[in-house]
Amino acid sequence: MCGIVGLFLKDKALEPKLGALLSEMLITMTDRGPDSAGIAIYGPSAKGSGKITVQSADPESDFKGLGAALSKKVGTDVSVDVRATHAVISLAAAKLDAARDALQELRPGVTVMGRGESVEIYKEVGLPKDVAERFGIGKMGGTHGIGHTRMATESAVTTFGAHPFSTGPDQCLVHNGSLSNHNNLRRELVKAGLRFETENDTEVAAAYLSHKLAEGQNLGAALESGLSDLDGFYTFVVGTKSGFGVLRDPIACKPAVMAETDEYVAFGSEYRALVGLPGIESARVWEPEPATVYFWEH
Amino acid sequence: MPSFDLSKVPLRDLNQALHDVSAGANETDFEVLNPRGAHAVAVGIDKPVRVDVKGNCGYYCAGMNAEATVTVHGSVGPGVAENMMSGTVVVKGDASQYAGATGHGGLLVIEGNASSRCGISMKGIDIVVKGNIGHMSAFMAQAGNLVVLGDAGDALGDSCYEARFFVRGKVESLGADCVKKKMKPKHLELLADLLKRAGITDVKPEEFTRYGSARQLYNFNIDNVDAY
Repeated sequence: MCGIVGLFLKDKALEPKLGALLSEMLITMTDRGPDSAGIAIYGPSAKGSGKITVQSADPESDFKGLGAALSKKVGTDVSVDVRATHAVISLAAAKLDAARDALQELRPGVTVMGRGESVEIYKEVGLPKDVAERFGIGKMGGTHGIGHTRMATESAVTTFGAHPFSTGPDQCLVHNGSLSNHNNLRRELVKAGLRFETENDTEVAAAYLSHKLAEGQNLGAALESGLSDLDGFYTFVVGTKSGFGVLRDPIACKPAVMAETDEYVAFGSEYRALVGLPGIESARVWEPEPATVYFWEH
Repeated sequence: MPSFDLSKVPLRDLNQALHDVSAGANETDFEVLNPRGAHAVAVGIDKPVRVDVKGNCGYYCAGMNAEATVTVHGSVGPGVAENMMSGTVVVKGDASQYAGATGHGGLLVIEGNASSRCGISMKGIDIVVKGNIGHMSAFMAQAGNLVVLGDAGDALGDSCYEARFFVRGKVESLGADCVKKKMKPKHLELLADLLKRAGITDVKPEEFTRYGSARQLYNFNIDNVDAY
């Protein structure tokens, strides 16, 4: 089943509340999927600086001295903010790729959850409430974010099978549904040079979009292409550094509700997810059409 | 009038109170506040009560209704009035997927738009939608009437049996075995009555086009009707 949510703020005054609003939306969707939960938050970013969110099953030893080791290896200032099993590594944006390669060498047990200038991704096995509390999501600010609570269908219940999936800088995707051609598509994308961390069908959709973006398409066009290349059931909510998109397959049996006010655009698998948002009573609320790309950008 | 504020009392209390109404009871008007998208609001009623729901509901609102009149002053999620037997359900806002699915009787009025699969497998229910309906509506519809004042999406009436569809706007495409049909005086009369029952006075039956089964896909033979 899965529950997905998304919130794209237009009003800067709401930005300090992004984490609180988004986690509340996701907690409401808990009964759509109790297996794992995850949230991607697009937070404030300083010009020229980048972030890598990493996860470790052994955070105590993996994150100890990581900043100094990484700093030495890539030759730039590095700061590491540890949050339970995750850590956000901040460094010069130009050094992101070098740092990612260095991480593999320095800490083979560490997995990259996402990277970019503003995105931070937190995901674990467990209920949204526990995941949000563990990482302190409620206190985080930002411009937009997406979340997912998972009922596993196509792959194992592990931290890495949790959404959001991030396969490109500042890109991430959450999915309600299942894809039927993900194995073929994964083979093609691997041939094209993309790297996969899991056997999950959703990671293929994320990587597909990254590939299209890397080829020069904008997100709108990439989502349009997805309509003909991705086979299966899906409602996707995607985030980019400055944008927020929604796409449903042509059959559209996976539920979706959207709301828009002057302050925000919000997405939920059900209307229940939206009831805590300010001004929802007077918002324009509608069900996104099948095979139709919806996209907002700052 | 009994009032149930769902932000204060459990939904089960509401549905139980509705099920507990005895035949000939005096207290027949109910009010429901703050549904906040809750699922299964006012389901399984089988007495002629009146329920006013003030707000938006989630899945399966007023499902399996018999005899009751349920009015939702807001929008509803998937499966409103699913498998309704009789009575009336009115949605002042929009309805999500499969509104009125498998309904055997009664009247469902949606004043906004209904999305995909509206009236799927309907078996005698009458559905009137003031706005548009989505794709795959009335798929395998067996009996009853679907009236749409706006437009219909792709594949209207795919594999339908004996249900009738009246659409005032354009139809994106017709499903397998669904064809445009001639509007006869008896259909105009039927439609006029449906519009009247749905409280619609500013629209004429002549503005609609009738669609229904070409009867090529199933072995329908009127001479054998007694055999079923």
